[in-house]
Amino acid sequence: MNQQRVFVVDGARTPFLKARGSQGDFSATDLAVAAARPVLARMPFAPTAFDEVIVGCVIAAPDEANIARFIALRLGCGKSVPAYTVQRNCASGLQALSNARERIALGQAHLILAGGTEVMSRAPIQWNAAMVNWLANMMRARNIGQRLKAIAGFRPGHLRPVFTLLLGLTDTLVKLNMGQTAEIVAHRFGITREQMDEYSVASHKNLSAAFDAGHMNDEAVHLYDTRGKVYFEDTGLRRDTDMTALAKLKPVFDRKYGLVTSGNSSQVTDGAAMLVVASEAAVKKYNLPVLGELLGDAWAGVEPSQMGLGPVHAVAKLLKQFNLKMDDLKQMELNEAFAAQVLGCQAAWESADYAHAELGLEKPLGKMDPARLNPEGGAIAIGHPIGASGARVALHLLRALQRKGGGLGIATLCIGGGQGGAMLVKVDVPGSVQGGAA
Amino acid sequence: MSFRHWRTDEHLNIATLTLDVEGANANVLSHAVLDELDQLLTTLAAKPLDGVILRSAKSSFIVGADVTEFRTIGDTARAADLARGGQHIFERLAKLPFPSVAVIHGHCLGGGLELALACTYRVAREDEGTRLGLPEVKLGIHPGFGGTVRLPPLVGDLTALNLMLTGRTVAARAAKRMGLVDETVPERHLLRAAQVLLAKRPKPHTAKWWQRIPSWAPLRKPVAKLVERGVRAKANPDHYPAPYRILDLWRRDATQEEEARSLGELLVGRTSRNLVNVFLLAEELKRRGKKHEHHIERVHVVGAGVMGADIAIWAAARGFYVSLQDRNPEILARAIKKAYGFYKKKLKQPRLVQEAMDRLMPDLNGDGLARADLVIEAIIEKVEAKRELFAQVEARVRPEALLASNTSSIPLEDIAKPLKDPTRLVGLHFFNPVAQMQLVEIVRGAQSSEQALNRARGFTVALDRLPLDVKSSPGFLVNRVLMPYLLEAVMLAEEGVALADIDGAATDFGMPMGPILLADTVGLDICLSVAEELAGPLGIKVPQRLRDTVAAGHLGKKSGQGFYTYDKKGKAQDRGMRGATHEPITERLILRMVNESVACLREGVVADLDSIDAGMVYGTGFAPYLGGPMRYAETLGDIGICSTLRRLAQEYDKRFEPDAGWTRREIFTRQLLLKE
Repeated sequence: MNQQRVFVVDGARTPFLKARGSQGDFSATDLAVAAARPVLARMPFAPTAFDEVIVGCVIAAPDEANIARFIALRLGCGKSVPAYTVQRNCASGLQALSNARERIALGQAHLILAGGTEVMSRAPIQWNAAMVNWLANMMRARNIGQRLKAIAGFRPGHLRPVFTLLLGLTDTLVKLNMGQTAEIVAHRFGITREQMDEYSVASHKNLSAAFDAGHMNDEAVHLYDTRGKVYFEDTGLRRDTDMTALAKLKPVFDRKYGLVTSGNSSQVTDGAAMLVVASEAAVKKYNLPVLGELLGDAWAGVEPSQMGLGPVHAVAKLLKQFNLKMDDLKQMELNEAFAAQVLGCQAAWESADYAHAELGLEKPLGKMDPARLNPEGGAIAIGHPIGASGARVALHLLRALQRKGGGLGIATLCIGGGQGGAMLVKVDVPGSVQGGAA
Repeated sequence: MSFRHWRTDEHLNIATLTLDVEGANANVLSHAVLDELDQLLTTLAAKPLDGVILRSAKSSFIVGADVTEFRTIGDTARAADLARGGQHIFERLAKLPFPSVAVIHGHCLGGGLELALACTYRVAREDEGTRLGLPEVKLGIHPGFGGTVRLPPLVGDLTALNLMLTGRTVAARAAKRMGLVDETVPERHLLRAAQVLLAKRPKPHTAKWWQRIPSWAPLRKPVAKLVERGVRAKANPDHYPAPYRILDLWRRDATQEEEARSLGELLVGRTSRNLVNVFLLAEELKRRGKKHEHHIERVHVVGAGVMGADIAIWAAARGFYVSLQDRNPEILARAIKKAYGFYKKKLKQPRLVQEAMDRLMPDLNGDGLARADLVIEAIIEKVEAKRELFAQVEARVRPEALLASNTSSIPLEDIAKPLKDPTRLVGLHFFNPVAQMQLVEIVRGAQSSEQALNRARGFTVALDRLPLDVKSSPGFLVNRVLMPYLLEAVMLAEEGVALADIDGAATDFGMPMGPILLADTVGLDICLSVAEELAGPLGIKVPQRLRDTVAAGHLGKKSGQGFYTYDKKGKAQDRGMRGATHEPITERLILRMVNESVACLREGVVADLDSIDAGMVYGTGFAPYLGGPMRYAETLGDIGICSTLRRLAQEYDKRFEPDAGWTRREIFTRQLLLKE
């Protein structure tokens, strides 16, 4: 079937705000609106011209069911533009782009607003099951006797809250939290604490250099709260961090003997990234600027206890599909869920054993040139609002390639539950389709 | 029998009277409408009905009595008769042998609310558009169709007094809370709620006993005294008698007949005449602006200082998509904070606040220019900066976008110079604070096209502001007329007159704020720069004291020190005591303003006398009970005003010399209303 070409026209993200225990100032809808509003303002078409709005989000607040619809309405897309929310854990934002790409490639849509948003700081805290049942008994009690009996059933343990964020970050099938899966990957490839910490320091340094050089000006919007404060830099960025500071941190997942600390893991944050995806016809019709082309995406499943290796498989699939080598990529954005996991992916790509046993390849793919892997930092410094990160890595990849003269790139993420997703993009500079994005 | 304004319908023993005033957008209780109602009631009363429903076919219930009819009444007796007529009809409605329900949506004001009060029950639609109130006091009168008598037993004495004295309107839900209406329901249940009330006939609502405590005979006098103290702080009894009449009627537990007589006296008085006039001037400005399509949905404001931010905040509240641009994110952050505070206070409901906030986009990079329909510039008052900005703006906006400057003094033609299409540049001169000052000067540069001006006029009305056409000339109308007044005040201070005496004279006259305090509030640096801008073309002398004060860094309220000293909250400290002075302060202050007004008329800055009155009342708060500077001049008369000016000119200097424009005859023989 003849597929339509799919372009990303523009996009922006909010600064990512580190969760500090209490609820953040912005809802997930607020953040998505803040990211998309300036982008839509500079489009030559009205927001009502979108065919669809697709947003990735994992832990939407109870009053934000199908959050994409709220976002669409608040952005002025009007009642007629349909919207839906996608959930694929850490890759939800990439899934939204993947859906948008597919719809346009199939000729079923021309303009889609896609992205991801997450407010981890507002993840609900719930009553536990015992408390819920006790409350139900209380409400069912019809007379004093029943009521007294119900009251007598109360135990202090009923008050123990359930932190849904922690549950969400735990794979209940294999009974491991995400950090523990990273410990397993580190163990499998012999990755040391020093390697992880070194990688993490670099992430912070690279991100601060990118901000200082103004490379983030096109990508991040200023975010204003209602109390007169304005944010631009990611608040998890630690410009002053170094090996000594990171060495002091204790492991948080395998507390006694582990290697994975909060310093070499991605940060729990709030943030959103939104992109405008368009068909070739829409680009022509509105004379849209083109940021880059979405060539295709691939998804793969892996052992849930080693979910961090998901990108290894997804990227392998994607390269094969497009008949490309690792070296053909000018840049790769591999979401930094954990330093151990990024380094684990690199090790897996280099390993002949892994290629043979797990990827069914004769030869290893070879690792991605470290200088071209997350060169402007990643989630360790920026943060990883799970629903938004997929859209952020894709957006950043496009912006970075645009600045560096174009080329091919892959944005990829590991996905809790044991999956990987990857998106292949191509950027031509100058980037207009008339200029011949071939 | 057929009626022009009322439609009747009977179904299952319930009659429905629907008011749909012929040939009008809104229902007003004119003589004709009341007459028809009178006849209808006669017919209805003879029928064996279960009840009657009164409602409106327009977007509002009834917006009040017909104000234009007031002006045709010349004497007290006829005015009181007008009230008696209405009272009589409403009394018949109240005394029908079956219950009645007013079904209220949109505005239900003045006589409209009094009609509803005469019904047994009231049902209101619960949405933001429904507002109920008795705003008569704002026109210098009080309710005259039995409202002052019916309201206190219904909602309690203090609530009733508050509603009548402030003239404020309340939303449906607040009205329900105070007992003004029996039910608030969504549109879909309006009629059903009315039918249920008629079927069940619950005991009509009355105020709780404790809400009526103030009405106990021995308490009426002291309570009235207490309330009067609050009224005095707001309105001078010599200028605004109506609120004192309302209190007086209540204190005496007056009858409807007394209400009618009191209304008759107020209606033909000077204050009411002028307030009605001023009200109609505003209506006329709105009507003129409304004729024009503005085709504006997205507004881009450049400059997030006080004016720019306030314009943006107001426009977003009025439903426009607004982008607010500034180079400094901190300034934008301050504007967003201010917007949030304002919306929370004005819109209250979180959903509405969020919608307004979503419509207001802080815009560091000017993204909003791409699809803006209107760009309003509100940056620093420097012609080069404005030119540079408009050149950049023109390169980024669509060819049909309207461009506007909020300049208060720079000739538009100068700003328009670098534009490829200078015809689309107009002036939109807002006044500070935007949320309170209703006037917007629509500045016509020599290069502005009529189409651009029309769009600006239409847009201003959509903002719920009053568009006043002015010619691009130094200071336009309002600042030009105000400046001699402010400078005269500074001169008086220079001569050693106490500040309290200067400001006191002005507020006694009826200005909302004394000129010295006003100068401090506006900012002395701004006053000085406007004064200097006007000094050359108008031959005004800028007092040395103003220059000295600014040079010393005393800029007024914002710097904590101007003519007065201010505390942290911006309240003037120790404004001094008033003394006895022989200086003709009021004459010197006010007559300079009036004289300058005539100069504006002579030079064609505005089209007519009414424009001056409207501009000064709505742009500066010039004593509304006097109807504006030109109404005031008219009451002083040709000889009175010119001879005083000549006397002052002899005593002081030629700045008081009567303007050549005073020879115009129309100044003292005016038509009642502005005409196209």
